[in-house]
Amino acid sequence: MISLTPLDLVLAATLLVALATVSYLSQLGIHKQLLVASVRTTVQLLLVGVVLRALFATSHIGWVALVGLVMLVVAGREVLARQRRGLAGLWGFSVGALSMFVSSFSVAVFALLLVIDAAPWYQPQYAIPLLGMLLGNTMNGVALGMGRLTEASHQERGTIEGRLLLGQTRVEATSHLRLDAIRTGMVPIMNAMAAAGIVSLPGMMTGQILAGSPPVEAIKYQILIMFLIASGTGFGVVVSVGLTARRLFDERERLRLDRLR
Amino acid sequence: MSRIIATGLCFRQWGPIDLDVGPGECVAVMGPSGAGKTLLLRALVDLDPHEGDVRLNDIPCDETPPHQWRRWVGMLPAESAWWADTVGEHVAPDVDFGGYGFVPDVRSWEVSRLSTGEKQRLALARLLSRKPRCLLLDEPTASLDPDSVERIEKLLEAYRLEHDAPVLWVSHDRAQASRVASRVLTFDNGQLEESR
Repeated sequence: MISLTPLDLVLAATLLVALATVSYLSQLGIHKQLLVASVRTTVQLLLVGVVLRALFATSHIGWVALVGLVMLVVAGREVLARQRRGLAGLWGFSVGALSMFVSSFSVAVFALLLVIDAAPWYQPQYAIPLLGMLLGNTMNGVALGMGRLTEASHQERGTIEGRLLLGQTRVEATSHLRLDAIRTGMVPIMNAMAAAGIVSLPGMMTGQILAGSPPVEAIKYQILIMFLIASGTGFGVVVSVGLTARRLFDERERLRLDRLR
Repeated sequence: MSRIIATGLCFRQWGPIDLDVGPGECVAVMGPSGAGKTLLLRALVDLDPHEGDVRLNDIPCDETPPHQWRRWVGMLPAESAWWADTVGEHVAPDVDFGGYGFVPDVRSWEVSRLSTGEKQRLALARLLSRKPRCLLLDEPTASLDPDSVERIEKLLEAYRLEHDAPVLWVSHDRAQASRVASRVLTFDNGQLEESR
């Protein structure tokens, strides 16, 4: 494995500086964002490196759980921030976080216990990256699905209430919207699976290969990750869209758009 | 034979309202726009939160599952809702549109190509096919041509007489109100009053 020196990273950074210069000279207006984002990436990843090194050294389940929890909270906030009209109050955060917890954590535990079979099963070297990848992708799907449902409910109030007026239940009256929201949430991972290997080489596999793993080993892991991500995202989206749709109605099956932000 | 009775009905800042529409009776509700006539219907059909007691044949709204209540108390909204591409996808397979002046082929028609009048007649057919015991109509003939207006009035009258259904008809057209209804009420400032 060829180790990277700080100088190597500086060399890569000159490309970004060049891009920022072009942006500045031609007034594209992205140079500031670009520099901030680059600095954020560097600082955040270095910090994570420190955390991971400490975590790998202790290998205590409590610390692994704590890191997992912090990741979940941040992902929950991100889900909320990405929706234009989320559920108001604590619900927006809770529904997103709960669905990610249910899907990402259970899929991660499933994979750690039954597939990877490390000893102990929560060994942070496996648990944290796996959970990170699951949460990152589930977060994407959940935010898309919930955002789609709340937005569509707002726009299609007349249709939903029209269906209620025909004596349909809240489940029937939102069936077309829920389906659409679930599909929307699943689009990124479906596309990624369809294009994997042909159009794009997935990042995780690429990283492993660059770091010196035999390609077939890297690919086996990539397939595992794809399956886990797809199922985690799927369950997460289904749960979050279901809970959001439930929250949009009160006990008398009335559409309550006042429960949106 | 049905009767809908509201006692002390309050919604938003309006009310309390008492209302009693008996079997086969048609009551028109008029009033300035923005007075809350639509909200009155929405409260009766339990689509908006409200206080007070609403009963159909002595069965309280609160004790009926909401979708069941809305099947009994059929409300025709001012703008009908269509969520699928063709007309047929919106109704049960055995619904007959013949009585509403449509050819059997109407099921395959695209919703996006219907005229306002056709839409309203189909919406009415769809609602009546579910055999509601009571009808709440929110300006059912607004923006329709005189032919369509007459047709819809006739269809509604036939249904009302056949099923002895109470009908509450919100209209802004005084001539229509006195034509279709035996009583005309005015809803203004949150109060429902008998018109002179």
